[in-house]
Parts: sequence; C-alpha cells; structure tokens
Amino acid sequence: MSAFVWLTILTALRILARNRMRAGLTMLGIVIGVAAVIAMVSIGEGAKRAVQAQIATMGTNVIVIFPGVTSASGVRGSQGSAMTLTVSDALDLKKRIPLLADTGWAKRDVMQIIYGNRNWNGPINGISPSYLTIRDWSFTSGGPFTQTDLESAARVALIGQTIVGNLFEPGEEPVGAVIRIKNVPFHVIGVLAPKGQSAQGADQDDVIFIPFSTAERKVFGTSFIGSVGAMFGSTDQVEDLPMAAEQIREVLRSRHRIQTEQEDDFTIRTQVDIGKVQEGTSETLTMMLFAIASVSLLVGGIGIMNILLVSVTERTREIGVRMAVGAKRRHIMMQFLIEAMTLSLVGGLLGIVLGVAGAKLTTLIAGWPTIISGNVILLAFFFSLVVGLFFGLYPANKAARLNPIEALRYE
Amino acid sequence: MAALIECEDVWKVYRVGDMEVQALRGLSLTIEQGEFVAIMGSSGSGKSTLMNILGCLDQPTKGRYRLNGIEAGNLKPDQLAGIRNQQIGFVFQSFNLIPRTSALENAQLPLFYRGLSLKEQRAQAAAALGRVGLQGREHHYPTQLSGGQQQRVAIARALVTSPSLLLADEPTGNLDTQSSQEIMKILETLNRDEGITIILVTHEVDVAAFAAREIVIKDGQVLSDRVTKERPTAIPVGG
Repeated sequence: MSAFVWLTILTALRILARNRMRAGLTMLGIVIGVAAVIAMVSIGEGAKRAVQAQIATMGTNVIVIFPGVTSASGVRGSQGSAMTLTVSDALDLKKRIPLLADTGWAKRDVMQIIYGNRNWNGPINGISPSYLTIRDWSFTSGGPFTQTDLESAARVALIGQTIVGNLFEPGEEPVGAVIRIKNVPFHVIGVLAPKGQSAQGADQDDVIFIPFSTAERKVFGTSFIGSVGAMFGSTDQVEDLPMAAEQIREVLRSRHRIQTEQEDDFTIRTQVDIGKVQEGTSETLTMMLFAIASVSLLVGGIGIMNILLVSVTERTREIGVRMAVGAKRRHIMMQFLIEAMTLSLVGGLLGIVLGVAGAKLTTLIAGWPTIISGNVILLAFFFSLVVGLFFGLYPANKAARLNPIEALRYE
Repeated sequence: MAALIECEDVWKVYRVGDMEVQALRGLSLTIEQGEFVAIMGSSGSGKSTLMNILGCLDQPTKGRYRLNGIEAGNLKPDQLAGIRNQQIGFVFQSFNLIPRTSALENAQLPLFYRGLSLKEQRAQAAAALGRVGLQGREHHYPTQLSGGQQQRVAIARALVTSPSLLLADEPTGNLDTQSSQEIMKILETLNRDEGITIILVTHEVDVAAFAAREIVIKDGQVLSDRVTKERPTAIPVGG
C-alpha cells in the first residue's frame, strides 16, 4: 500500500484517539450488534448441536409407525388409540420390503415396579429383540434378551438408568436381581446405557424392556393379542428412508384393505422428518438473529454516518486547506472513508471480543453449550467493514465535493 | 519565454439569487517570473476573486488565464488540484494550519498529496521549516506557537514544494507590527535570494512597500499598475 494510505490510517487512528469518548459512543452500536450476533449464534449453534445429538439417540435411520386414531361418530381418540398395527404387519413388512434392514415392535404401559421395599412407576415396554438394535441401545452391564426369550415368553428385564437410580442403592449391581412388575417376578439381565432426553424432552432412561410375548401374556392383559403400540424399521442408508416409508405405506394400506379415497389408519415418521422439524426451529432462530444483526448494524452505521457528517462540518476549513495544497477529490474521499472504516472495524473487533467472552460466560454461568465458529467471526468482521464503507460513503462524498474557496472561508 | 501569469480579459460573474454580481470585468494582467507584486484595493474590488483565480482555486467565467503557459480555464477540479500542488504555495491571513498537528506535519502536507515516501516528506519539510527560522520547533503544535511562528509554518508549507508562485492573502492581517515585519522580511528574502514570484494582497501601505510593483484593483478592473522599486538585476528572468 502506498505511503498515502498508511498515513491516512495513522491519521484516522490519531483522530479517534483524540476524541475517545466520541469514538467510543459512535462505535457502541457496532460493538453491541456484533457482540450480540456472535454470542447468540454461538449459543444457537451449541443448542443445535445438542438437539442433533438428541435426535441421534433415536438410533440410526429409524422409521417409526404409529397406529392411527379411533374414530367413533366423528370423535377422534388420541394418536395410537387404535389397535390397527400387529406383529404380523411388522414381520410382513420385513419380508416384502428389501430396503428395510430390520423391523421391530413395541407396546408400552406405565406400571408399578417393586424391588425390595422400594417401588417406582415407570413405563414397561414389551419389545422385539430387534428393537434394541434399531434404536441403538447399548448396555453398561449385562446384555440383551434373545429371540429364544421372546418365543418362550421369558421373565427377563432390561432396565434404564432412571429405574436403577430409583430402585437400587448406589453401587448395588442390578444384574441378577429380581424385580416384580404387577406381581410377576422378572430377572434383571441388563442395564441400559444412558441416552438422556429425547428431542421432545422426555426422559429416555426411565424405561424397562421385557420381551413382547411376556408383556402381552403375563403383564398387560391385552385383549387383542398381536396388536402393537408402535412399529420400528431401519434402513442401511439415510437416503433410503423416504422410499422405505413410501413402500411401508403401500404395504400397510393393502394389508389393512384401505380404499384409495380413505385415510391411512397409521402414521409414518422417519428420523429425517423429525430432524426437519428441529431444523425449521433453528432456521427461525437464524432468521431472528439476522434481523437483530441487521437492525443493530444499521443503527451502528447510522451512528457512524452521523458523527462523520459532524466531523466534515467541523473540519471544513481543514478540508479547504488540504484542497488548496493539492488534495484531489479521491484523497479527501479516502480520508473520510478510512476514518469511517477504522471506526467500524475497531467497533467490530471489540464486538467480537465481547461476543466471544459473552458466549464463554454463558457456558460458565448458565451451563449452556456454546460453539464459537470462525465463520461467524469472519462474517462479523466483514460486515463491520461493509457498514463502515457504506455509511462512510455519503459523508466522504460530501467532503470531497466541497468547494475549496467556500471551505477555506468557512467559520 | 512566456510570462508566468497572463490574464486576458478575465470576467468572473456570480449569481446570488436573482442578482448577477460581476466580480471581475475584463481584467488583463501580466506578471513575470521573479516579480514581487502587491495587489491592493478596497473590499468588494474583486481582488479576492482575482487571487482565487490566480491560485487555481477558481476559474474565470470568460477570458483566459495562463499559468506557466497552461490554460487553467479548461481544467477539471482534480487537474487544478494537481497544478496547485506542483506550482502554487498559499499563505493565508488566518494561517490555516491543521489543528493538533505538529509544525512538521503541517509543512509535510503538500508532499503527502504528492505521494512521496514518509522519509522524504519529513526531510523536505524540516528543511523548509529551517528556511523560515523554525529549527527545533518541528514538533510544536500550532497552539504552542505565536502568531508570527504559525505564519512561518504556513510559509514553510507553501515553500516545501518549491512552487513557482507564492500567493499571500493578507499574510500580516492577524499579526502585530513586529511579527508583520519579520514575515515580510522572510517573503522579501525568498523573492530576492530564491527568485520565487510572490503576489501579495494587502490593505496596509507599509506592507505593500516591500513589493516592487503595486497593482490597484477597483470594480473588477486594474485601476493602476506601477513599479515602485527597481527590479533587482542579479536574478535572471525564469531563474
């Protein structure tokens, strides 16, 4: 860069240093805007990552099929109130749709569980063994039950961390213990690894798994043998999910003999669908952030323009002198543009420091996860540069178009 | 060799609302290289307008103005700025130094717009300050200098580019008698020893007495033009 540009930058910095209070107040808009954006994007990114982690706890490439609703004289029951899905549906789906790597099924009810002198009301899930692999459950001790357990309706149970915490002493090994569900004794053969909250906010560790057949025959007392609460499928590739979902729909419609004009008596949700809902939420958040950012940068930019207009008026004589000794229009223009950009850049840098500190402090105090991305910092830096350039143009142009004679005579 | 300044039938007409003001009405003037000219006239005579045109800050409405053979009437603003930077030094009544900027940096200003390196700017500005007797005051701010010293900084700023023409618009108007004499002696020396052409606008007769030629302007025309001193013969024309 030429000596001219460097000296102009130096001069601009000196002018700012001389009017520290004024420069500080002028920059405040940019500082706050940039800091807010960086802090909020960091928090937003952190939240997004947390949600993605929650969705991943569903398993990999999962499709969930719920029964439809019962409808009596137009009054609809809650979702899953119908008993339209059956074990044979699930088995048939697996046979007829090659895209499906596996299918599983489950049925749940909340019941009292007793161990020793303690009890707990938790959801009892009768499941097929395949359910465990589809949903990616792993174990901290013991292991899953098998197809043999399912066929023999064995009285074995897998329990989640919340159940362990409520029924067992700290340090006590649950595997091998006998718990009673509705007075039926069950052997605990596995303790499930924790999954935390679901994307909907439910505690996924408050859970007991027993073989489906055992649940049906010995615990729930179901009137429709073979009906399930939900079915699960999985595919090898995430791209196959929509196709698999469509094929499931066709198979189920034909099995349930649903006429073309009739609605489905079941609902299919893929992991992608659930992810999309979350993405929609974070998109709304991003849009809001952009709105906040634009408003504060706009306000900051107007502040810079305002103070520069004041500066041009104050320094009219100086501009006249500079023109008299040979400053060309572009020299005067550059001088004020560089002053504007120095203001906005210094403001932007302060904002970045403040924003990063704010994000770190949020993690420290509130414990929210935050992710500071380099892109956001670059973007903030770039935007403050653009704001300086844009809002500096008008005052700079005004200065450059002054008539030297009038400027020299200005009182 | 053409004259340094040639004005031929120069008119300057302003429009103030519906009124038309004729500041210059067919003024003609020739000034040779190396002259020391005083321009006098009452306020409203058009002498300020003339100075603006001679200084390439303004352009004639009609007529021709040639500086060093260059027709200034047709130039664009940036070209005029270039001419001011290369050929003309200004000294103003109110000094017009840039506030809160050292004497050295004020004197550097014209070189700054020439795009010289910082080192060269500093060396030449320091030399110019030396020529007006301000050695050792390079880093003083205008507020730390007396009026006479401030005007000397302004002269250094005008000199630093080695201009062919120095325009001084009432340079002693804001100074006491002693400082006025000092400033005028500096101008006189510059004219005599370095052959710099000086055009001086003043009201004061004793200030005008330093010049060798006196031009009186009235109603936008030359009223009188007389040589008051023999031109020193030691300086060759164009030297």
